Amino acid sequence: MNSTVRKNTVTDKKAIVLYLHVHQPFRIRHYTVFDTGVDHVYFDAPFEAGPSNERNLKKIAEKSYLPTNARLLKMLHEHPQFKLSLSITGTILEQLEAWSPEALESFRELVQTGRVEIVAETYHHSLAFFYSREEFEAQVRMHAEKIKKVFGVKPTAFRNTEFSYNNDLAYWADQAGYKAILAEGWDPILGWRSPNYVYRPAYTKNIRLLMKNYRLSDDIAFRFGDRNTPVWPLTAEKFARWLGDDQNATNFDLFMDYETFGEHQWGESGIFDFLEHLPREWLTNRHHTFMTVTEAAGSFDSKDEIDVPTTITWADTERDLSAWLGNSMQTNAIEALYGLRDDVLQTKDLTLIEDWRKLTTSDHFYYMCTKYFNDGDIHAYFSPYDTPYDAYMNFMNAYHDIKFRLADKGVVV
Amino acid sequence: MLGWELPPYNSGGLGVACLQLCKALSKRSSIDIEFIVPYRERHDNIDFMRVSSATPQGVAHIMRSGTVYSSYKYVREDGTEEWLNIYDQQALYEQAVVSMIKSRQFDIVHAHDWLTFRAAMRVKEKRGVPVILHVHSVEADRAGVIGGGNAMVREIEGLSMLLADRVIAVSQHTKNCIIREYGIPPDKIEVVHNSIEPSDAVTSTGENVYHYLDTMKAHGYRVVVNVGRLTIMKGLPSLLRAAKEVVYRAPKTLFLIVGSGEQYYELIELAADLGIGANVLFTEFQRGKRWRDAFAIGDLFVMPSVSEPFGLTALEAVGYGNTPALVTKQSGVSEVLRNCLKVDNWDIDELANQITAVVQHDPLRDNLIANARREYEKLSWHDASEKIERLYGQHLAGAAA
Repeated sequence: MNSTVRKNTVTDKKAIVLYLHVHQPFRIRHYTVFDTGVDHVYFDAPFEAGPSNERNLKKIAEKSYLPTNARLLKMLHEHPQFKLSLSITGTILEQLEAWSPEALESFRELVQTGRVEIVAETYHHSLAFFYSREEFEAQVRMHAEKIKKVFGVKPTAFRNTEFSYNNDLAYWADQAGYKAILAEGWDPILGWRSPNYVYRPAYTKNIRLLMKNYRLSDDIAFRFGDRNTPVWPLTAEKFARWLGDDQNATNFDLFMDYETFGEHQWGESGIFDFLEHLPREWLTNRHHTFMTVTEAAGSFDSKDEIDVPTTITWADTERDLSAWLGNSMQTNAIEALYGLRDDVLQTKDLTLIEDWRKLTTSDHFYYMCTKYFNDGDIHAYFSPYDTPYDAYMNFMNAYHDIKFRLADKGVVV
Repeated sequence: MLGWELPPYNSGGLGVACLQLCKALSKRSSIDIEFIVPYRERHDNIDFMRVSSATPQGVAHIMRSGTVYSSYKYVREDGTEEWLNIYDQQALYEQAVVSMIKSRQFDIVHAHDWLTFRAAMRVKEKRGVPVILHVHSVEADRAGVIGGGNAMVREIEGLSMLLADRVIAVSQHTKNCIIREYGIPPDKIEVVHNSIEPSDAVTSTGENVYHYLDTMKAHGYRVVVNVGRLTIMKGLPSLLRAAKEVVYRAPKTLFLIVGSGEQYYELIELAADLGIGANVLFTEFQRGKRWRDAFAIGDLFVMPSVSEPFGLTALEAVGYGNTPALVTKQSGVSEVLRNCLKVDNWDIDELANQITAVVQHDPLRDNLIANARREYEKLSWHDASEKIERLYGQHLAGAAA
């Protein structure tokens, strides 16, 4: 539990709930049929190669994590009311420990202010919830332990990989004792309702649902530097005014990838200045404040019940899992992988288990997505590989190597 | 237009490309085409342009006896025969074209590949019209050696391209070759990619003629196909060396090699030496249903070319056979087809890696072909003909001024 979360009841304040998601996968190197059964190291591409995790991490630490954290820390010092929430996956924590201890330290400094909440999720940023509940819970436990070890805090809010969410997940999180859960404020789910309130997930007792205001969030995350949008140039003053003009809202849930700052939107776009000026502009009104996700969940009455029988995510215009599980290469690969789980765990070989778990990271399946690639929209295809087919081949060769290692231990799959 | 062959009297992709390009061009109202070929045959299949034979004095009938790379047999009117090599043949074509143009009005000369280039330059000399040379392949590429090939052919290609008003290359790959081999200024060379007309495609129907392979597929085998001339630039030895690695890991893989060429026996021997003789099936060059069925029987079509100016067969595999393609990055077709597998021509391990992946994972094959089909359906010669019409316009405007 974050020490500064106040359990005051209904407040008359309006809050910005800023939540940033920090994640990098362990990308699979060019791993061929000649490596299968011979070389069991999947994640160590040469430094100059596209899938080099070290190079990607160092680049993003320099462009995004270090400059953004420096500003966030400054903002926390300048504005006692400024707060935010972060989720940080286990896979990126490992990479920060290995290749950018200074960036990891800067995250620690943020959390040490007591006004930065860490949100729970799966350690490996996986889709385990949909394939193995046991594995899902194991990865959530692993993540909580890692967060405790690195930051000394225990998360009280939950977000699932890629904001994949349905009633079952909310029920699970409620049973597990989380106070808040995050999801996309998607119109077909909300209907006439506004995302700018706290809600109660269907079939749950205590947990509260915070829904991303994707229009406002995307103005920052996707459209900030785009001169062809009507909102350009977006200033903190203009943005704060929009929010202030909304008379009925209680919480503005600005949820986005952390890498928005400095990576998706380059420093040259002015994104850092926007960030730094936002509390200054927003807090000029004494009814305005910032809250972390758990704090918001406890501060406002829930407005209504939200029923999500089928899975939604925060991706694409479809807001579904089709970017990860939309073609038969993706479903074939993920089903084959989870098919090995029991045998892999039985071996009690920690290296083998961890290698298998690193393959559950959802990014591997995203790289196999053909829908953007096929549209010829090369910019939509964020991948270290030339084609989705390359991603699939590398993954399946690694999968076969896991099988080889099992066979080597006498487990015939 | 000056060309060497048109289907069905073609030896390869050159004739097909010429025919389809002309068909698309003739739909444009500003363009009337007369296509001069070096032989006299009826082209009843062609009604959108005039096909003329460059019939030289004394030669009544030309029997084609092989490909554009071999000698030609001429049967004179009195029944006597004469053999001419390709240079004599080319010179004969040049003379014939020069005598033909005396009675003709035309605005521009568009010549396809080196065999017609001398004739094109001669027309330019006599009439001063703009000449566009369309390069479907260059000598070094055919020889498979950078800076190599037949010196006489190189001289014809280099000089003609230097003198021509414009050069069209069928791919960026070919444009790069032209610059590298002959130092032609890059801005003089326009890339107009070859294409394919999905509406004209005859797809493989009925029972596949490769009955044995069909049966083996039912028993869990997967089939890898190559269709093409068995010549050095096609890179077949690489495919066989990769096949050895594939068969080692996926023994239920069969390779079908369809084509003739000087490497035919060498390749059969190589397959045996590699110990995969039982997995590699050779048939000679095929036409019609046997040709289409070869594409259709494959789970994967592989074009391992060392260097491939375009490589229409990869699109034919997708279109006629519903079979995904693996091509080398040193091919023109790799510039236009996104949903295919691509390897470097020297990377035999990667070739083996990717073939193995396809024969072991049906979802890979299925996704490749489903997405390649969508690309294929959008292809046409429309864009190419539009580009060429614009080029004609530029040069005619320049000539008038």
